[in-house]
Amino acid sequence: MNSFSFSRRRRLTAAALTALAVATTATACGSGSGSAGSEAADSGTYTVWDPYPQFAKGSAWVKLLDACGAEAGVKIKRTGFDTSDLTNKALLAAQQDNSADVLIVDNPVVSTLAEAGVLTTTDDNKLDTSAVDPNLLAAGQSGGKTYGTPIGANTLALYYNKEVLKAAGVDIASVKDWPSLTAALAKVKKAGKKGITFSAIGTEEGSFQFLPWFWGSGAKLTALDSPEAVSALTLWKDWLADGYAPNSVLNNTQTTSWQEFATGDYAFGENGTWQLANAAKAGFDYGVIPVPGADGGNAAAPTGGEFVTLPVQGDTGRYATTQKIATCLTSTQNLYDTDATLSYVAPTTEVQDKQVAADPGLQTWVNAVKAAKGRTSDDLGTKYPKISEQLWKAVQSALSGSKSPEDALSAAQSAVK
Amino acid sequence: MSHTTQVPHRRPVPDHSGAAPTAPPRARRRPSSQQWAAWAFLTPVTLYLVLFYAYPLYRNLDLSLRNYTVRSFVQGDAPFTGLANYRTVLDDPTFAPALLHTVVFTAVCLAFQYAIGLALAVFFNQHFRLSATLRALFLVPWLLPLIVSASTWSWMLNSDSGIVNTALHAVGIGPVNWLTSPSWSLTSVIIANIWIGVPFNLVVLHSGLQSIPAGLYEAAALDGAGAWRRFWSITFPLLRPVSAITLLLGLVYTLKVFDIIWIMTKGGPADSSTTFATWSYQLGFGNLLPAFGPGAAVGNLLVVAALVFGLIYMRVQRKQGLS
Repeated sequence: MNSFSFSRRRRLTAAALTALAVATTATACGSGSGSAGSEAADSGTYTVWDPYPQFAKGSAWVKLLDACGAEAGVKIKRTGFDTSDLTNKALLAAQQDNSADVLIVDNPVVSTLAEAGVLTTTDDNKLDTSAVDPNLLAAGQSGGKTYGTPIGANTLALYYNKEVLKAAGVDIASVKDWPSLTAALAKVKKAGKKGITFSAIGTEEGSFQFLPWFWGSGAKLTALDSPEAVSALTLWKDWLADGYAPNSVLNNTQTTSWQEFATGDYAFGENGTWQLANAAKAGFDYGVIPVPGADGGNAAAPTGGEFVTLPVQGDTGRYATTQKIATCLTSTQNLYDTDATLSYVAPTTEVQDKQVAADPGLQTWVNAVKAAKGRTSDDLGTKYPKISEQLWKAVQSALSGSKSPEDALSAAQSAVK
Repeated sequence: MSHTTQVPHRRPVPDHSGAAPTAPPRARRRPSSQQWAAWAFLTPVTLYLVLFYAYPLYRNLDLSLRNYTVRSFVQGDAPFTGLANYRTVLDDPTFAPALLHTVVFTAVCLAFQYAIGLALAVFFNQHFRLSATLRALFLVPWLLPLIVSASTWSWMLNSDSGIVNTALHAVGIGPVNWLTSPSWSLTSVIIANIWIGVPFNLVVLHSGLQSIPAGLYEAAALDGAGAWRRFWSITFPLLRPVSAITLLLGLVYTLKVFDIIWIMTKGGPADSSTTFATWSYQLGFGNLLPAFGPGAAVGNLLVVAALVFGLIYMRVQRKQGLS
């Protein structure tokens, strides 16, 4: 035990070091950034950052990048990041004046990066966005300026399991609005199957999944405590209370929610375009309908998908070549190929038609994307992240029973102000 | 009895501010080659400490004292706002629950980890057959990557398909929403963290037990002391210094626990399992629009808490040394 009797000073050092260890692990927002930026590279090498770490060297995506680089006469140095990591990496790189030449980011992040002054506008970089669907482009616009062009879009809809619905005696054509959907869920439950699964997790994903219902009720993001918003949250809460939706939705990411649906026990699953490839492998007959609005019609779902953006560079001479690379990436044929790999819907009508011609099953998704709405649209811009955080917190409070939907949403609205 | 072993504490080390005692009188100006060598040996560790400890800490302090928006973060012209971020954090409705959860989480985890760890250490100190193998098996929670153990816990505790609820159902107890009910989520992460922390306590306390001379137990047994009496009169008091350092290290580890909570509940639902560590991350990175300033402020509060406990530990140690 004597070995534990340090001298006083050594103990002081030990205490200080342990405290420091807490500091460095608890808040890692220190310094430094990757050296993958443009300054480290010579003028013949252009850097591309994307949120597709699943694509390794030799994948179609990386080959496309290299081909576009070759077309512009330069080499491409590509780094794939985790989506949630990319915003902070991009901010840090910009702080060090070390941004990538081409940055592909999730669309709600564009307005944040634009606000930070990290991105060039299409006026500056001469990127042509005229062919892009306006509702998709809106997510990359703020203050009347456009900060990039979408590489592809995805959105949410309801997958349904045909066998489960048949066994419960539900005709999918009867599901047109919220009451008919709830009635269908009741029938499914009576037949001994499970109703619907979605993701209501306490992150951006939770807000993303709640938005079709929120917008479908007629609510607006500028008034979280409106009666319409309360009706949307009450719909979800009642589903949980009646056992139509599992309690685990509170912790479900969209992936775990998909896994629940893929068990084949669930009648409905709210999920995105990107699950199409998995749906084919699920081993049961499935269909897709748009998320219904409260009183019929289709609810607007939020748009997902990434934007190709051109960050600000110290050396403005690089823009010409960067613009060539970005234009190549978003050319008609390349969009078609890329969106096939990503399982996305293309952002231009021309390519969408091509996609539907190749696979008529995509028509539902193309319609959903055309009706979809950017989260940062309506000039919400950087206000959206704050609203979204309060929204997912309200959903969590209401579904877990710690607050009523009214109280949760009015608390959310007052926190945004 | 314990006093006899305290003798080495009384080593006379009264003056800490003096220069190295071996150094000759201060008349000479130029440092000897020996001193140069000493500095040279010191440089790498100093550089390391400055680069990887002092600078991040300074940056964190700086972040917490300025009003960083995404724009000023990139442009580097964030205005100095003094303690405004700390005021924001203190006024936040999340502050009180987060503080309470941090205290409860740390205290309950420490108490159970220590008690279970000590019980197991005493148990394994008996040198029965397979004792070493079993002890090694108990280390598994410590060796597993946290992402693996936390994900496994969150599967087991899943409300609908988790094995825990299935087992409860088998014995006739209704399902518990371990991770999705505000009244259970903190309990669930505490249980998982206790499981992860027990091996550390077991190992350190077990090695502490090895250093207690077996003769003491023999003497006590001859005097007619039972097992219970031997534990409270020999094991526990002689283990006190080891216990103190175990608890201090455990405290620091537990204060900053982040991964388990984040993976299992994300601090939710409705902040019901938010601690300072997850709150700090939530502010800085959990949102599309990072709030670096308040995030850093919460992080610094954690550092201060750890430092305070470090100082308390030193005081206690000194008192013990003087007694």
